[in-house]
Amino acid sequence: MGNDDKAREEPVFEARNITKRFPGVLALSNVNFRLVKGKVHALMGENGAGKSTLMKIIAGIYQADEGELYLHGKKVSLQTPKQALNHGISMIHQELSPILDMTIAENLFLGKEFCRGKFVDYKRMNQEASALLEKVGVSLHPSMRMKELTVSQMQMVEIAKALSYEAEIIIMDEPSATITEREISNLFRIIKSLKEEGKCIVYITHKMDEVFRIADEITVFRDGEYIGTYDSDKIDENQLVVKMVDRELTKIYPQRSNQIGDVVLKVENLGQSGVFEEISFELRKGEILGFSGLMGSGRTEVMNALFGITQPTSGSIYINGEELGKPKPRKAISKGIGYVTEDRKGNGLVLEMSVYDNTILPSLDKLSNKIGAVNRKQSMKVAEEYKEKLNIKTPSMQQMVKQLSGGNQQKIVLAKWLIQNPDVLIFDEPTRGIDVGAKTEIYKLVAKLAEEGKAIIFISSEMPEILGMSDRIIVFYEGRKQGELTRGEATQEKIMMYASDVNEGGAQE
Amino acid sequence: MKEKMKGFDRKWIQTYMLIFIVIGLGIILSFISRNFLTTTNLLNVLRQISINGILAIGMTIVCLTGGIDLSVGSIVAFSGIIAAGFLRDKEYPIVLVLLIAILAGGLLGLYNGYFVAYRNAAPFVVTLSMMTIARGMTYVYSNGRPISNLPTNFLAIGKGSIAGIPVPTIILILVFVLASIMLTKLKFGRYVYAVGGNENAAMVSGINVKWIKMMVYVLSGIACGIAAIILTARVSAGLPTAGESYELDAIAATVIGGTSLSGGRGRLWGTIVGAILLGIVNNGLDLLNVSSFYQQIVKGLIILGAILIDSKRNE
Repeated sequence: MGNDDKAREEPVFEARNITKRFPGVLALSNVNFRLVKGKVHALMGENGAGKSTLMKIIAGIYQADEGELYLHGKKVSLQTPKQALNHGISMIHQELSPILDMTIAENLFLGKEFCRGKFVDYKRMNQEASALLEKVGVSLHPSMRMKELTVSQMQMVEIAKALSYEAEIIIMDEPSATITEREISNLFRIIKSLKEEGKCIVYITHKMDEVFRIADEITVFRDGEYIGTYDSDKIDENQLVVKMVDRELTKIYPQRSNQIGDVVLKVENLGQSGVFEEISFELRKGEILGFSGLMGSGRTEVMNALFGITQPTSGSIYINGEELGKPKPRKAISKGIGYVTEDRKGNGLVLEMSVYDNTILPSLDKLSNKIGAVNRKQSMKVAEEYKEKLNIKTPSMQQMVKQLSGGNQQKIVLAKWLIQNPDVLIFDEPTRGIDVGAKTEIYKLVAKLAEEGKAIIFISSEMPEILGMSDRIIVFYEGRKQGELTRGEATQEKIMMYASDVNEGGAQE
Repeated sequence: MKEKMKGFDRKWIQTYMLIFIVIGLGIILSFISRNFLTTTNLLNVLRQISINGILAIGMTIVCLTGGIDLSVGSIVAFSGIIAAGFLRDKEYPIVLVLLIAILAGGLLGLYNGYFVAYRNAAPFVVTLSMMTIARGMTYVYSNGRPISNLPTNFLAIGKGSIAGIPVPTIILILVFVLASIMLTKLKFGRYVYAVGGNENAAMVSGINVKWIKMMVYVLSGIACGIAAIILTARVSAGLPTAGESYELDAIAATVIGGTSLSGGRGRLWGTIVGAILLGIVNNGLDLLNVSSFYQQIVKGLIILGAILIDSKRNE
């Protein structure tokens, strides 16, 4: 089949000139996208490039601010996920939302239960569920409760659920991020058979090898813009990376002259059963240590344990040569650790509180007298000072933080910790969901902190960010420290190899 | 005109809507009943709301952390019966008895708080359990009989006035001022809001979340102890049936005052205005000779109205 035939082929689905804004961010800018019958279409781009946003628009979860959607050449309006399903579009979500106390079968057929008259027909539901589970190649009993399953099993159930709609278009948003190698093979087998049935598959992933294994076409997004669509056999990995990143790294990432000093933080054989094991590393004064790896590879979990949000089950932590003992957030803070968490809204900020209240929250011990009366004048002075320093844009200090943009919210989280003047600062995905301008400001700030002698752990899923910022990079894979690279030897490919456990890299050691 | 109101004005009106409603209601009532707008009657209303006001202050603090305290009515009965018992049987100085009553309330609150904070039990269930336990202990202590014959100078706490202002009202004002200072000026108050607003963020910020969650129940228990003293002095006896369904009035005042039951949002003055609103409605309906059966229906509708206004305010 020639190229010209393909171009003439009628698309099953088409999105034209889609624009979507979120407060403070232009998530999609005039984007085009089309799907052809019986093809696997991979979507690639960095986090925040707009892939998931576009897919959520197609699945009826978000509404586009501008642009049109066409199904078989007819304009459609998809206001709710239900409407999208009725049009034959189903989506496997990146973030799972199973109802944990219900059974697999109940979850699979939620909202479309089989009934006999007014009564739910559990027998038939379990039978159909068994058939679906068999189809995706997992041997689980349909009457098991979701909470009994592992994350990867839940993901497979989610995949089965998406198949149960017998949709024409199936969107898979990083379905392989949390499942095992064997399950991935199963998934690919399913995708191939769906393809033969003439369905359209959209596959979002960060894993290069997967893209070339199953995709027919690849569309690249960057910073909310459509870059292009390529046949997978006419492009190679390097070209793809260039399309995805295409930035002059030197312009975005600041030049710096940090002096690396003595060891500040030392972690020895830290483990948490079933989550991560044998994590050891040292962090020095003035150093930026990058933590790379796929989502769920254990980076955040190690940091949570280090800070005492969860409890490690083995290993020890030393700060300035002194053993920390059983970690607790209070203790970690008093020993000079600050933690800018990954989940700004989940545990970084109290959204209903003001900019002022959030900024001083961890510092209230220092800003109040013996009976606990807060010195408002001093607190306000401190909060104002950091608002200026970090260039936080807010109409007033009394503004509720939920009304600010992601970038400004993130700066408030930074301010919270900088006031503490910690020796060690952990940044977990500090630039997620914020625009390029705010990102650059945060990079500059991190670099400046290193120059001032702070020891910094910088966690990121974005390859260029890790490469641009780190003095040294530790790569995680499935809860283990898979490799360590210095700034000089680190490349995108090497990190990727460690992060996805490709053997060629391991053999060279 | 409505379209002209922009952001700030509308927000301002929504925030203080409750006060306008109370004033409006007062104006209407003063037209309907000649007896409403008299010093005696208004002071009477203030005296009547003081017990609910104090309980509602404790309730608001609990609700700010996302909890609820269903045991306040029973704790009032228990603290009251203890106070009455100590006053009648033994010859303790009154001040000591007051402290014992408050301590009794605080201890039962501590029990609530411990299970909620350190054993991760649902506040609704823990305080429901305490509601029955405290009521039962009250009956056990009193053998189911009222304890009367209390000293006159104790009764003055419920019936007396200082400079024309009823003593219970003065106590309410004191409790309100102290609680307000605590919530707005002390770091404890900031922590209460932070825990209710986002427990995880509070924990990551190094706040001892469990301690805060426990202490709010202790405070609510202390409020019960104070309210129990006023109640016992007003009715001149410790009654084992005292305080029944007081928790509902306290929750009503809290909710009408705009405190979110899911935590993190609310103001004490709103609660007080909520208690005043309930008090005025009761008083007005009394003056109009409306049967207390209908009064309950009206109260229920007010609570519903308040929550609807509140959910609109939050879109």
